[in-house]
Amino acid sequence: MWHNLAQLARYRGLIQSLVARELKARYRGSVLGLFWSFGNPLLLLLIYSAVFNYFITARADVQPYALFLCCGLLPWTWFASSLNESTNSLIAGGNLIKKVLFPAEILPIVSVLANMVQFLLALPILAGFLIYYANVGIAGPDGVMGPPRVALHAAELVWLPLVVFVQLVLTTGLALLLSALTVHFRDIKDILSNLLTFWFFATPIIYPWFSMERLKFWLDLNPVTHLVVSYQEILFHPENAFGHRAWLLALAVASIGVFFAGYWVFDRLRDSFAEVV
Amino acid sequence: MSNSAQNKPFGSAQGRPAIELAHVTKVYRRYGSRQFATLKSALMRRNLLAELQPNETFTALSDFSLRIPAGCTFGLIGRNGSGKSTALKLVAGITKPTKGTVAVQGRISALIELGAGFHPEISGRENVFINGIMLGLTKREIEKRFDEIVEFAELAEFIDEPVKTYSSGMYMRLGFSVATHVDPEVLLVDEVLAVGDEGFTHKCLDKFADFKRRGKTVLLVTHSLNLVERFCDEAAWLDAGRKRAEGDPYRVVAEYVSDVERQEERFLAKSDEKARLETAAAPLPAEPPPPVPADATADMMQATEGRWGSRVVEITDVAFTDSNGQPAHIVHSGDAVSLRLAVHAHRPVEDFVFGVGIFNAEGVCVYGTNTTIDEFDAQSLSGDATITVTFDALDLVEGTYKLDVAVHKLDGVPYDYHRLLHTFRVKSRTKDVGVYRPRHRWSFAGNVSIAPKS
Repeated sequence: MWHNLAQLARYRGLIQSLVARELKARYRGSVLGLFWSFGNPLLLLLIYSAVFNYFITARADVQPYALFLCCGLLPWTWFASSLNESTNSLIAGGNLIKKVLFPAEILPIVSVLANMVQFLLALPILAGFLIYYANVGIAGPDGVMGPPRVALHAAELVWLPLVVFVQLVLTTGLALLLSALTVHFRDIKDILSNLLTFWFFATPIIYPWFSMERLKFWLDLNPVTHLVVSYQEILFHPENAFGHRAWLLALAVASIGVFFAGYWVFDRLRDSFAEVV
Repeated sequence: MSNSAQNKPFGSAQGRPAIELAHVTKVYRRYGSRQFATLKSALMRRNLLAELQPNETFTALSDFSLRIPAGCTFGLIGRNGSGKSTALKLVAGITKPTKGTVAVQGRISALIELGAGFHPEISGRENVFINGIMLGLTKREIEKRFDEIVEFAELAEFIDEPVKTYSSGMYMRLGFSVATHVDPEVLLVDEVLAVGDEGFTHKCLDKFADFKRRGKTVLLVTHSLNLVERFCDEAAWLDAGRKRAEGDPYRVVAEYVSDVERQEERFLAKSDEKARLETAAAPLPAEPPPPVPADATADMMQATEGRWGSRVVEITDVAFTDSNGQPAHIVHSGDAVSLRLAVHAHRPVEDFVFGVGIFNAEGVCVYGTNTTIDEFDAQSLSGDATITVTFDALDLVEGTYKLDVAVHKLDGVPYDYHRLLHTFRVKSRTKDVGVYRPRHRWSFAGNVSIAPKS
């Protein structure tokens, strides 16, 4: 296992090219190409802003609600798409596993990384909106403009790479575990897509974490809660100090555990892939 | 090891072999019977990993050892499913042996499936880079070889088009080109020479010859015995996961071919037997056979397909025999062969003709004759008789042929007509085309330099 992990470093170049290929292939044939990596989150934010400004009265405790939503939604999209895609990655890449000498773990890892790049490309868009709203302030429910908010805070932002890193480790660990097991149990794919729907609502994305006093214990058991809350505290509530750091550090340790567990299972099953896929 | 290996000048034959398989056994696990409700049962037993233990196995290779010295071109032959490809995958490291060890010295490039890693949506150029990296090159190495790769694949105009627009030949050519330009020390080839047109096949063969010249090791899995004889220094024959022969390619190929013939012989004999049983089951006239009406053509209408006639005279046995008189279903082109008919006349007849016809697989009559054409006068036939036609040299090209045999009246009304019921196969080392091989020889005069291959 350790040997294989060390080997993986040798394949950085390949991982890089495969991630680039994945992103290129995703928009190949579309006129705007890679622009969509920016365009999609931009349009998403515009639509949500319009909806929650004009059509639906959003909850007042997190304003502007569209921004709050996106602070949790973008990392969630990374997480959920990564798991969905990597689960299928070994089966889809079966040709490679069977015909080319190829460390199979590259396939789920590439799925996770390609989605991470999408997420990172969306961050500047999100930052732009955060700064814009901070400067103009927001209209309260009574139509009166509130005071300008604090925009992104450097002391808070230094935590951001750590949050991204913890999410990367956790997602990769789960992706390895699920992709390896799916080769043998194809039912996992369907179970997962339903589970993710539930998981989405069990994570404080559309509602703020602090509003859920009654269910707090259960929410805290969900690792993604702590990632999403970290993003929200850093990006959306820069006026308060980053209070979630203890949870984040605990999650970092747990994620490393998940990663090694996932890798261990993957490594155990590795030899069966070429035969079963 | 064969002597031929030691006689040939391999670059570093004294050193460690380029490829060494020691007592390798590969057992494939079948997970097949666990297809339904698998996760549920695994979870119910609360042991996910234990559930992944195989419940059925298949031994693809057993106790297989192979030493291929560096610089050797080695051919691996055998029937489908004999374990050749498994052996290649083991050498490539794609699968692991269940028992035994596999050791390979130097960079491997495996041509198992050409263009296996290509992504249809992106351009040929990008695919070359990614495929090259997968095969172990660095970006810079690929840049250096890029033009050569594209030129070899003959794809210069299309290299920036997405690969999904390529024809299958173009796809394979690009795959082949990348894989061979990796500049491996060990090249593994699995039956991939059938890529593209004639011209490209020749280029591929030249490329292999080039590999050979530069002292690289090539392991070739193929059904093209010709290729093995022409290119390989050594060969091994795998049969049902075991090594049956190893050494000089000509000898190994010959042993393999004769085994295949024995097998085919058995198969043809079996299908012959089946045909015989089927026709025997056909409605036979009651004993003793009724007198044949003068105009027996009506019987033709009731005839079962494949065999018809009044059966007043019955063909009870048809045997094809080689020059030693042994029954054979496989003969070699140019061999002396005989066709022996055993007949039984249920009542004495004076009006009879024996005929034979040879048809090729397309149904073309290759040759047909009968005792009247060959100017025999029928006088009398009663009880049992044996009729033998001997062909001193059956100069047919390779292929499968079927026989018509018949005994009928002078006016053509059949007693017993066997239509295409008996099959034999002609084997030939020459791959000439057509049906018939006239005896021939070449001579040359004037400003021409041409010599028979050694």
